[in-house]
Amino acid sequence: MSAHPTTYVPKSAFGKWFESRLPIAGLIHSSFIAFPVPRNLTYFWTFGAILVFMLAAQIVTGVFLAMYYTPNAGLAFQSVEHIMRDVNYGWLIRYLHANGASMFFVAVYVHIFRNFYYGSYKAPREVLYILGVIIFLLMMATAFMGYVLPWGQMSFWGATVITNLFSAIPVVGETIVSYLWGGYSVGNPTLNRFFSLHYLLPFMIAGVVILHIWALHVPGQNNPTGIPIKSGKDAVPFTPYATIKDVFAVVVFMIFFAYWVFYMPNYLGHADNYIPANPAVTPAHIVPEWYFLPFYAILRAIPDKLGGVIAMGAAIVIWCFMPWLDTSKVRSTAYRPLYKQFFWIFVIVCFLLGWLGSRPAEGWYVIASQICTVYYFAHFLIILPVLGFVERPLPLPNSILESVMGVQKGGAGIPAGANPEPHSKG
Amino acid sequence: MMKRTLLIAAAVLGLAAPAFAAGETPVPPIHKWSFAGPFGTFDRAQLQRGFKVYREVCASCHSLNYVAFRNLHQPGGPEFSEAQVRALAAEYKVQDGPNEAGDMFERPGRPADHFPAPFPNENAAASANGGKAPPDLSLMPKARTYERGFPWFITDVFRQYSENGADYVTALLNGYEEAPQGFNVPQGGHYNHYYPGHVIAMPKPLSDGQVEYPKNEAGQPQVPETVDQYARDVTAFLMWTAEPHLEARKRLGFQVILFLIVLSGLLYFTKKKVWARVGGEVEGHATPPMTHNP
Repeated sequence: MSAHPTTYVPKSAFGKWFESRLPIAGLIHSSFIAFPVPRNLTYFWTFGAILVFMLAAQIVTGVFLAMYYTPNAGLAFQSVEHIMRDVNYGWLIRYLHANGASMFFVAVYVHIFRNFYYGSYKAPREVLYILGVIIFLLMMATAFMGYVLPWGQMSFWGATVITNLFSAIPVVGETIVSYLWGGYSVGNPTLNRFFSLHYLLPFMIAGVVILHIWALHVPGQNNPTGIPIKSGKDAVPFTPYATIKDVFAVVVFMIFFAYWVFYMPNYLGHADNYIPANPAVTPAHIVPEWYFLPFYAILRAIPDKLGGVIAMGAAIVIWCFMPWLDTSKVRSTAYRPLYKQFFWIFVIVCFLLGWLGSRPAEGWYVIASQICTVYYFAHFLIILPVLGFVERPLPLPNSILESVMGVQKGGAGIPAGANPEPHSKG
Repeated sequence: MMKRTLLIAAAVLGLAAPAFAAGETPVPPIHKWSFAGPFGTFDRAQLQRGFKVYREVCASCHSLNYVAFRNLHQPGGPEFSEAQVRALAAEYKVQDGPNEAGDMFERPGRPADHFPAPFPNENAAASANGGKAPPDLSLMPKARTYERGFPWFITDVFRQYSENGADYVTALLNGYEEAPQGFNVPQGGHYNHYYPGHVIAMPKPLSDGQVEYPKNEAGQPQVPETVDQYARDVTAFLMWTAEPHLEARKRLGFQVILFLIVLSGLLYFTKKKVWARVGGEVEGHATPPMTHNP
């Protein structure tokens, strides 16, 4: 934010007085009004705004839920039913919050894969990107603890399975688990501390989001060409151009969100979670929420408990090393014909892992999970580094503006003259 | 058409399941529920009949803890009249207290009371029912489901199939039959076609003609007094107890989505106009594949 000296001049006398004491209006002006935005951004770049909206929506609905929810093992389930039945529009707030978690993850996965496709993680955006990975980890922790709060069967048994994973850590594992539980099994103290942390973590997410946006405003946004803004013609001011586009995208996303909330509110959850938690009865299949399934598949693919936990953790931590594992000089996959194919294979493998995570760990499901897990890591550890050396990227346009003109001409069926492309069929 | 194809497919799967994988739980048939789909509403008469089935059959063993008598009057449910609800509540004895002397006492129920449970606690319920406490029914159609499998779990999203639980409960109530040859039903168990593992503790609860339904002018019951009809009616009633604001939800959903579509349309044209100042919006990048479909 500080990287762009502001041109903001307060108009009123009070504005001038205030600005000389706390230059927050100038900060907002330089960050969200005058900030130059590449003019060729697609709708994939609106997911940042969608995620900000989702975080705000989750916090607002969550604050209202917390006014009625009782974090006590004997009363939690009942208090959720009280919200669903007797609180005015309680059903709406709870369904918004429960489905909002899923929508948050839908948006974050689009955001993450957009970043993978267009090489947004590469220099000079490494810190921005790693902050994003941290936000994702905090989101996972928050979502997991939130799912425990209704204290249904899947809440209880999901909590039991996931907290037990920490016991695989040598020496200190058992101690960590008993601190997580607040006792010797999942029980009322676990629920109390999970509720406390579930309320705390979103505000930590909000803090890291501010850092994430700050780090974004230093190098500016990446764009579909992957080449930086070179002149004023390549960019438009954030307001009104990006703002109106973001607002439109958020409203379209709200339609998608509303469809789930009003018509399929329980589809993304588990029926078992409408059965009150019972430590004496184990559900037939303990399955995490859909957004954890690929990582759950990786966890179960490794026959060893500690190995599985390490693999699952590594599956996310490895993202942090992408800026250095990817040896290609070219950012955008649009100019990387070979990597484009591997990118889509990787997407398919992630979906496959998600589906395998929902299956029981038996028979060929396990073997398929193992193959996919190996491929998942090979993508980062072998394909990304090697491709940078063997791939011949397509020639890059000289500027964003030139690329944009190329699209227009391409649309008219005329090869882009200013943009020599040996492989062009157009 | 889509629905029929799916029904046939489900039927085929239902038939195929026992043939190909003995021991697998069969897929329940998909019913046409009045509360399904974007404009679904409950059938008041059906909810009232279903309540009668619950009261005369299920209530002797199963509690309905989250439902109050007053709920039977509220909009979007069976919508009994206020007087009917007051009279109904008064038929129940509810424990209250302590009074001024410190004693617990019994009094007639009031609309604000919840349905009294048939057993004082879970242990009492279990010991009276062969060791297994009958579950509370308030949330049953939301707390039960069956495996849809690929690709149905994807198509379900588009055709808004979320009545899995209702279909399962109906199938279960209809699913009592003779155990097949060689199937060993343990002591205290009962064979049910649709129950996972086929051995259920609950004995067959419904039989034809068991519950008397309201009559029409000709003195005939409005709907047949059969197990299948009882099963559907009580399932619809339980769907309402599980999701008492279902109608309000779907109604509000339509309004919200309509509003958002109009708003997004207005925003779209606003955006176009704004971007026209800089020569219109041009997205993306020039690459060989992109030039085919800019």
